Amino acid sequence: MIRATKLSKFYGGKRALGPVSFEIADGETVGFLGLNGAGKTTALRILASDLRPSSGSIEVGGVDAVADPHAVRKRIGFLPENPPLYTEMPVSDYIRFAGELRGMTSAELKKRLGEVLDIADLNDVAHDPIDTLSHGFRQRVGLAQAIIHNPQFLILDEPTRGLDPVQIVEMRNLIHDLKQNHTVLISSHILTEISQTCDRLLVLDKGKLVGSGSESELSKHEGDIGQITVTVRASGDDPKSQITKVLAAIANVTKVGEPYEQGGGYTFSLSTSKDIRADVSRAIVDAKLDLLKLDYARSELENTFIRLVGGADASN
Amino acid sequence: MRATSIIYKRELGRYLRSPIGWIIAAAALLIEGILFQSQAMSGEQLSAIVLERYFYYASGIPTFCGVLLAFRLLAEERQNHSMVLLKTSPIRDTEIVLGKFFAALTFMAIIFVLSIYMPLLVKVNGKITFAQIFVGYFGMFLLGSATLAIGIFASALTRHQIVAALLGAVFVVIMVMLFPLAKRLDSPVREVLEQADLWWIHFQNGFMRGILNLKDVIYYLAVTYFFLLLAVKTLEAKRWQ
Repeated sequence: MIRATKLSKFYGGKRALGPVSFEIADGETVGFLGLNGAGKTTALRILASDLRPSSGSIEVGGVDAVADPHAVRKRIGFLPENPPLYTEMPVSDYIRFAGELRGMTSAELKKRLGEVLDIADLNDVAHDPIDTLSHGFRQRVGLAQAIIHNPQFLILDEPTRGLDPVQIVEMRNLIHDLKQNHTVLISSHILTEISQTCDRLLVLDKGKLVGSGSESELSKHEGDIGQITVTVRASGDDPKSQITKVLAAIANVTKVGEPYEQGGGYTFSLSTSKDIRADVSRAIVDAKLDLLKLDYARSELENTFIRLVGGADASN
Repeated sequence: MRATSIIYKRELGRYLRSPIGWIIAAAALLIEGILFQSQAMSGEQLSAIVLERYFYYASGIPTFCGVLLAFRLLAEERQNHSMVLLKTSPIRDTEIVLGKFFAALTFMAIIFVLSIYMPLLVKVNGKITFAQIFVGYFGMFLLGSATLAIGIFASALTRHQIVAALLGAVFVVIMVMLFPLAKRLDSPVREVLEQADLWWIHFQNGFMRGILNLKDVIYYLAVTYFFLLLAVKTLEAKRWQ
């Protein structure tokens, strides 16, 4: 189990994280969700014993990570946002080096290296220097170094960042396989990735924990907002203001987001507590404006995320 | 210290396999050979004087190569993000620094070995002893360990390799200029700065002339220890930043 209590981190005078408290049970797959700068990477680096917290305590498997970071590091595999690679080394030499650093013996490495090359599907490039590999393969090598010592806890910071769609699916499948044997912590700002991979989410915003639970638990919230996206064209002197005025006057619209130009019109985000697409289209037509597009596009999780991290700020 | 050995092997392999290490070695040996031929061997001299002059010029290898071999050691790890692998492995910052230090020191020793034909030529044609050659090289080895430690400390301060190289060079130049600076000052600051000098007092007046003084050995070991300790403490401090 991982238990963080009133964990905070300051960079100089700037608070990057906390105070946050949370628990992660053995065998769980937990996603750290938040916008860029929310404190996800800082939290994961502290959990991986790469950074020390400014205050608070953290226990990993019953061991105090601040007092005995060595014992914690033996139990953790960490894939940071930028994989920690020695690009001049061949893949298998690098993974072996990572295993040696984690205290593995030659016999253990001989047995485990083959398994890890299989898991990460790196057999075809095992003897290639890392600097000749594509981004997707480098990410796999980074994952291989994180699991070589078969850690109890696996921490993955933005594991699909920069991957193409095929590689994202492959990485997602790989993480699904790893869930069988490891407690997995993943950070991402990509909602679909988190929702498809994790059992539970911890939502961070500006260093604070603003939500915790499964996707369905987080979505069960009174007055959950919907998000309507509407693209409208007007021909007056100040079309933006003209459209904004019409949209703001519609019943049940709680907020009109800042518009942007698209396809000859302006696209607005409307926050609302009901599905009011019919009212919106009627109001636009009655005001003699051109309705170009109307969409109730966001998923339940996206709505939850927007609500937790501060409404329309997240969508801009 | 198992981790020190693992990091040592990787770093030494890197020096031996990469062109950068050999370019530094070749440039140092070329310059040293030219200076040996044009300066140390010029005119008719006693062989002991020729050897002294050789070590005078050869001491440039540990002085400057120390910084050149060390500046990338930690800065590059941070620049390339590979430091995370070391910092999240169950190893101590001391083991990281020592592994890298001993690898660089070994490569510098290889450069020394490649330069030994020059004093051997003096030995063949003159009347010097192997002990004089050994003491001179021992002094260069200790001077090199001190400059490497200074270079590693500079490398621990920043993720930018160029900045690390400049910082290391500035630290070494300051340490070498302490003796000329001390001459302008009054006692007791003068004596303190003189004894802290990296080259004039401890190398030129001792090892270069074939004189082995215990205080010179202790001085270089102390400088090496001090700057390696600073490098370790800098790495530790960065975990809190």
